[in-house]
Amino acid sequence: MSLIVTGLTVTIGGRTVVDDLSFTVADGERFGLIGESGSGKSLTILSLLGLAPEAAHVTGSAVLDGTELIGLSEEELATIRGNRVGMVFQDPQSALNPLHRIGRQIVEPLRLHGGRNERLSKAELRERAVEAVREVGLPDPESLVDAYPHQLSGGQRQRVGIAIALACRPGLLLADEPTTALDVTTQAEILALFERLVSSRGTSLVFVTHDLAVLSQIADDVAVLSAGHMVERGPVATLLEAPTHPVTRGLVAAARATIWSAS
Amino acid sequence: MSGVETVEEARTTGRRTRRAPWLAELLRRPAGVAAGAWILVLVVSAVVSSFWTPHDPFEADPASMWQTPSGAHLFGTDGIGRDIFSYVFAASRTTVLVAVSAGLLATVVGVGLSALGSLTARWVRESMAVVIDILIAFPTILIAMLLSSILGGSLFVVVTAVGIGYGVNISRVSRAEIRRVGRTDYVLAARASGVGPAGILGRHILPNVAPVFVVQLSLAMATSILAEAGLSYLGYGASASTASWGRLLNDLQVYIAIHPGSVVWPGLAITLTVLAFNLLGDAIREVSDPRLRTASNRADRRRNHS
Ligand SMILES: Nc1ncnc2c1ncn2[C@@H]1O[C@H](COP(=O)(O)OP(=O)(O)O)[C@@H](O)[C@H]1O
Ligand SMILES: [Mg+2]
Repeated sequence: MSLIVTGLTVTIGGRTVVDDLSFTVADGERFGLIGESGSGKSLTILSLLGLAPEAAHVTGSAVLDGTELIGLSEEELATIRGNRVGMVFQDPQSALNPLHRIGRQIVEPLRLHGGRNERLSKAELRERAVEAVREVGLPDPESLVDAYPHQLSGGQRQRVGIAIALACRPGLLLADEPTTALDVTTQAEILALFERLVSSRGTSLVFVTHDLAVLSQIADDVAVLSAGHMVERGPVATLLEAPTHPVTRGLVAAARATIWSAS
Repeated sequence: MSGVETVEEARTTGRRTRRAPWLAELLRRPAGVAAGAWILVLVVSAVVSSFWTPHDPFEADPASMWQTPSGAHLFGTDGIGRDIFSYVFAASRTTVLVAVSAGLLATVVGVGLSALGSLTARWVRESMAVVIDILIAFPTILIAMLLSSILGGSLFVVVTAVGIGYGVNISRVSRAEIRRVGRTDYVLAARASGVGPAGILGRHILPNVAPVFVVQLSLAMATSILAEAGLSYLGYGASASTASWGRLLNDLQVYIAIHPGSVVWPGLAITLTVLAFNLLGDAIREVSDPRLRTASNRADRRRNHS
């Protein structure tokens, strides 16, 4: 699925926090959005699905395979969210409902969007949940669907988050710093999982992070955000080798330090 | 490894308790079982005593004054020969009536105020919050006494004062809680999955707010019982023709030096009942949250460090 963002602008209380942002994600492309904390990364991807805070005013255009997303009604957005576009969140500790079993949370999008043409029975839904748990590499899927979030580790929960986002086989996956809250080893596992699932299904990916080292493993093209502005964009290898903007240079230096300390 | 064990444990408890996990868990808690059983006894006595009591609870019998407990008079008799057991038994009706009405009224007021607060204009909402804060500053019992001295004492006044007092509290506490839960990541994640406003409220927000509500409700019921007993003791609550533990306590306490045994019965009934409502509220809150529920909490915490 392709995404064409043109002139996306987000203002909150008179302050412009995302300023005239444009980028294109081709079908099956893995696109990276990078910038330091507070640069507007989260608001950018939340705005694409109409999930920005109420106080935010969003203008510009974001076209998903011919459908304009900005300005859609809640009802129209509800048919896109979780169905054609999946989303993975930063903090796996808080992104799952503590009261619902894992299986129920994974099939929630299926129940919502499977709808009219495909009425799934309870047993079928459970089967789909078990299948989804297996696909994201979690141990003992048959019993894990009956577990509660607090019984899982951070890395396991993030796998569940990915399973939820991909439950309806969306054409586009938005991931907001999905590895930031994890330790380095788990980060590598989750990145490998993204890589495997996205390429096997041909899903387009927008991967948000503040860590260029992470992005170098997952993204093709990268846009660098600073205080709501795009300051540089290009293939990730080019940015790593020859960063032009000071912000990018800072990110490259930080990434070098991470790689250095890790090896 | 321990992760797999944890999940394994979840499965075994999960399977067994699939239908109503919190009810099964409640029955596994001694405090929950005891409190629930006592409240059940109370409700049954309220119903049974409407049709039948061993003796007429109000009938004075000069021939049998201050009798000690026996087969004929389980709890003994008082200074005018009334059967204390029959009276305590019949008074359970008053207690249940007060607790249920106060609980209902508190819920209606609480939910009503919350709805008003979220649907009306900002200035209505904010001035209402100020009024609520002022109301909360006064202890419920004080409001009940104030109303009783103006309107004359009755169960109606007790129920109204406690119901409104706690309703205001419920609305304030649950509104703050709804706002907190509404801002959590899992609600945002559910919206990102395509869940609509009704599903967000019904499946994600309300279930997570419910524990706070249950605790407030059990407090409202316990307080209403205590308020009824206290006000009836002081002569502001139940009328003379209504059996009430507080009133009995007042009748008997005059003779506490001579017949200390008889005061125990209404005192015990009030204490156990108030305790039971508090314990049941706590137990329900605990079992409605899987994080507080599972036996393997320690193993989970260890696991979460990795
Ligand atoms: N609900 C909000 N109200 C006001 N300002 C906000 C809100 N959410 C985010 N912001 C502001 O918008 C800017 C961008 O935020 P965000 O997109 O979350 O940054 P990032 O994800 O890159 O760390 C920040 O300066 C932040 O303070
Ligand atoms: Mg962010």
